[in-house]
Amino acid sequence: MIKTLRSQNHSLASGQEQLRFLSNGIFGSDKLPTFREKIDTLGEFPLKPTNIEIFQVNVGYMCNQVCKHCHVDAGPDRKEIMGRETMQRCLDIMSKTNIHTLDLTGGAPEMNPDFRWFVEEAHKVGVKEVIVRSNLTIILANPKYHDLPEFFKKNGVRVVSSLPFYQPDKTDRQRGEGVFVKSIEALQMLNAVGYGKEGSGLYLDLVYNPGGAFLPGNQAELERDFKKELKNHYGIDFNSLFTITNLPISRFLDFLIRTENYEEYMEKLVNSFNPAAVKGVMCRNTISVDYDGYMYDCDFNQMLGLKVDKQAGQHINDFNLENLENRHIAISQHCYGCTAGAGSSCQGTVA
Amino acid sequence: MEKTYYDPADLKKFGDVADFQPELAKKFFDYYGDVFKDGALTAREKSLIALAVAHAVQCPYCIDAYTSDSLEKGATEQQMMEAVHVTTAIRGGASLVHGVQMMNKVKKLSM
Ligand code: SF4
Ligand code: SF4
Repeated sequence: MIKTLRSQNHSLASGQEQLRFLSNGIFGSDKLPTFREKIDTLGEFPLKPTNIEIFQVNVGYMCNQVCKHCHVDAGPDRKEIMGRETMQRCLDIMSKTNIHTLDLTGGAPEMNPDFRWFVEEAHKVGVKEVIVRSNLTIILANPKYHDLPEFFKKNGVRVVSSLPFYQPDKTDRQRGEGVFVKSIEALQMLNAVGYGKEGSGLYLDLVYNPGGAFLPGNQAELERDFKKELKNHYGIDFNSLFTITNLPISRFLDFLIRTENYEEYMEKLVNSFNPAAVKGVMCRNTISVDYDGYMYDCDFNQMLGLKVDKQAGQHINDFNLENLENRHIAISQHCYGCTAGAGSSCQGTVA
Repeated sequence: MEKTYYDPADLKKFGDVADFQPELAKKFFDYYGDVFKDGALTAREKSLIALAVAHAVQCPYCIDAYTSDSLEKGATEQQMMEAVHVTTAIRGGASLVHGVQMMNKVKKLSM
C-alpha cells in the first residue's frame, strides 16, 4: 500500500508548499500565463459566486484506501474528523438558508462515527438532497458497514461512487490491489436494494477520472462504454457517469513531479483552457466545509489551506450568506484543472 | 549538448509550419481537424487508426500524440496494443505477400 504524503513527512503534505510550487516554475518564469492572468483577460477576475446552493462537507480525512491520485491525501493514518457539534452547526445553517444540497465527502465519509446521524438529521431539517461520495470498498471493509446500502436507501441518499475504469487493472493500479473486485461487489449490493434501477428514485452515479497525466475523454461516450461493459460483465446498472479531471495538487501533484509529467500536464491544462467552463466552476455555487468548521471555495482549496476570503467570515460560526455570496473566490494554478476541455466539477463536465 | 534529429518539444511547434506557407498550412490543419471529428467512425476509432498509422510511418511525434489522445478518448491499453499489432500484421504481411512475386520469378526462371 502506498503511504500518505503526511506519513512520509513529504513537503507537499503542506498546502502552502503546494501553492508555492504551483506559483513558481513554469508559471513563475512566465512560460505559461497564471490562472489569474488568464481569467483576467476574460473579465472574470475576481471570480465571484452565484447563489450558494450546495454545502460540501468534508467529514474527515480518514480512508480505508490510499489512492495514488487522492487530492485529500486521505488514508488510514489520517485522524482529522468532524464532530457532532460542527455537523449540528451545518444543519442549523441549512435549515435557515436556501442551501438545498448536502454533499458529504472525505476520506471515506462513512467512517465518521456520526455519519449516519448527520444524514438522518439533514432530512429532518428539510435538506432536499443528501449526496454521499462513497469509495464503494468501505461497504465491504467491515461488517458494520454491510448494511450501508439499506441505510442509504432508507434515507434517499444519492450515492456517487468512484470507479476510474470498467476494467480491473487500470482501477487497481490507481486505487489499490483488489479494489476493482470489491467495488463491483459493492455496486451489486447497491443495485440489489434498487440503486441505479429505473423508476426506483435511488440514484447511483459513477465518477471516472483518468488513470494518469492525461485529460478525461468525452463524458457521454465514456458513460456509454461504462454502461455497456458493467452491464454485460457484471450485470450492474447506474445512472450517470461524471468525468473529472485530476487536479495538480497533493498526491497527484507528487506523481506529476516524480514522473516528470508536471510541465507537460500543466501545459496541456493551460492549452485546453475553455472560457465557457469558467462560468460553471463548482466554487460558484458551493461552499466546502472542513472537519473543524472552516469554509473554503471548494474541496481543493480546502486541501491547499486556502480559506474563503477573510471578509466573508471564515468559520461556520460566522456564517453570513450575503457576505459569502459577495466574496472573491481564491484561485491558483490548480484551477486550470476545472476549466480544461469540457470543464470539471463534482458533477462532471460543466461546458 | 546532445544533438538529435528528434526533440519531443518540437511536437508543440507543429503549428509553426504555417510560418513559411500559411495558406497551404491552413488548408491542411482545417482538413486535419475535420478528419478527426466524430463521423461514420467515432473520434476514438480514428485515434486508434492514427496510432496504428503512426507506427507504420514510425513518426515519434504522432506516436507520442496519439498515445495520449487514445488514452484521453478512453481507449484501453489492450485496444492500443492491438492497433500496433494491426500495423505489424499489415507491414509483415505486405513483405510476405511479395514473396509471391519472388516465387513467380523463381518459377519462371527455373527449369
Ligand atoms: S477513496 Fe477517495 S478519499 Fe480515499 S484515498 Fe481514494 S481518492 Fe482519497
Ligand atoms: S479549484 Fe476550486 S476555486 Fe479553483 S476553479 Fe476549481 S472549484 Fe473553483
